[in-house]
Amino acid sequence: MNKWIEKIIEKLIFISGIGSIVFVLLILFFLLKEGLALFSSVNVFAFLFGTNWYPISEPPQFGILPLILGSLWVTLGAVVIAVPLGIGSALYVAEVAPGWLKEVLKSGIELLAAIPSIVLGFIGIATLAPFLKNIFNLPSGLTALAGSIMLAFMAMPTIVSIIEDSINSVPKSYREGSLALGATRWQTIYRVILPAASSGILAAIMLGIGRVVGETMAVLMITGNAAILPTSILQPVRTLTATIAAEMGEAVSGSSHYYALFAIGIVLFVISFLINLVADFFLNRGKKRNRKR
Amino acid sequence: MNWHGKLLDLAVVALMVMLFFAAGCGRGNKAIQVKGSDTMVNLAEAWTEGYMEKYQANALAVTGGGSGAGFAALISGTTDIALASREMHQKEILLANKRRVFPKELQVASDGIVVVVHPSNQTERLTIKQLSDIFTGKITNWRALGGPDRKIVALSRERNSGTHVFFLESVVKLGQKKNPNEFAAEVLMMPSSQAIVEEVVSNPSAIGYIGLGYLNNRQKALAIAKDENGPYLVPNLRTVKEKRYPISRSLLFYTNGTPETRVQSFIDYVLSPAGQAVVKKMDFVPIK
Repeated sequence: MNKWIEKIIEKLIFISGIGSIVFVLLILFFLLKEGLALFSSVNVFAFLFGTNWYPISEPPQFGILPLILGSLWVTLGAVVIAVPLGIGSALYVAEVAPGWLKEVLKSGIELLAAIPSIVLGFIGIATLAPFLKNIFNLPSGLTALAGSIMLAFMAMPTIVSIIEDSINSVPKSYREGSLALGATRWQTIYRVILPAASSGILAAIMLGIGRVVGETMAVLMITGNAAILPTSILQPVRTLTATIAAEMGEAVSGSSHYYALFAIGIVLFVISFLINLVADFFLNRGKKRNRKR
Repeated sequence: MNWHGKLLDLAVVALMVMLFFAAGCGRGNKAIQVKGSDTMVNLAEAWTEGYMEKYQANALAVTGGGSGAGFAALISGTTDIALASREMHQKEILLANKRRVFPKELQVASDGIVVVVHPSNQTERLTIKQLSDIFTGKITNWRALGGPDRKIVALSRERNSGTHVFFLESVVKLGQKKNPNEFAAEVLMMPSSQAIVEEVVSNPSAIGYIGLGYLNNRQKALAIAKDENGPYLVPNLRTVKEKRYPISRSLLFYTNGTPETRVQSFIDYVLSPAGQAVVKKMDFVPIK
């Protein structure tokens, strides 16, 4: 009897273990099946580099270049804001802050990750957008910058906690060696710890980017969703994710609009797959290097 | 472990996976599903409340998502009633027929599309042509309409919205089917009527369109005319009911053929005086 229970539990754990892989494969299969159907009627290049997104016109135009650039602008903006802030706060938490403050800061940053993105979007539309409109004297505050700022907040927890981990895993002997040679604390941080933790920092940045590229709700609410080719971060943009979210309801299953949205899904999948791959590469490199030393 | 054992393991795993999926398929007593137009969601919920109070019985589930989403659900058989703020397109009907779904249309209320601006905006009235020029990007400055030198921020609903499609067809394309006009790429696509309201309230250069039910005294509604000869009319219960206001539309129910009894009893309630009183209470326009 016990043997049977053992066996069943073993199998349950096995299923849970391979479950995630099975589901990823199923999702990928479904995405490819629905998305690739578009390319029987639309040229791949016209899809990727077309500049007009008019999916419900007659005849429809499926050019996603404005959407790709929209996602790119928002992401770049978020990275420019979140990375320096993230490195700074990780350094402060890991190296400078006294013990009790460290705990408070760490839980504060974790709490930031717990705020639902729709709440951030709502705050953005009610306070950030009017604020940006007044400062930059814009026609409307619903711009790529508004999205970038909100997404920077969302990426911060990921970035800070991974960078902090990699700073903590820098061997103590480095720090002591540097200080013993007469370097100041800042020189030690700047010349020794940051370079030693660089793989982790790069991985953190990549994972932060992954978080930003995939984010939907907040950008849908505060970036204005105009499918123009953006030339400045102070213009409204339409991102890949927001397009899927906003239009999936309308698309009748089996129409070319529906297939086009799945094709956008493939593009997103490829982007986040590459980002994760690069992040993994840096994380592993960092681990190996530290092990060698 | 020999191959017998492995085979047994495989069988156990397969059985568990099947059980796992089978558990998800069982369904009990189904609620009547009502899905579609975001414009009509609040109205449908009010009907649902009134209906359930009166008959103490059938449960109804109301979901939004846009008229297109309602049609999509009707075609795929996941909803009993599709709420629609626009008529079904020929293409959608063909697709439905292909899946052995035969949509039946029924008008349940009327609505006027209100064009709103910031209360401080001096503009009082516009023609359909001027509106079309604003939303296609031909007029980009309030100066061209006699206002101050300020860029116009045009706000539209997203493409999943029946209001978007209705506005596109009857205003941007000037009501002509073959007209090639499109929303300019610069027009901001807002995810909900409430988002348009928020932006108009806080932005003196904004212009947007919403259903009559969303209008309040924090925005200014413009008077609209078919052409320069007028008459310029503001949307209200009377002008919309008499279809004199130029951007009025019907709010519709779509069912698959003749609905089953319990769905029909809900529809009967909607068309009854009690149901139409709810329409008025929700700031839409009753048909009777």
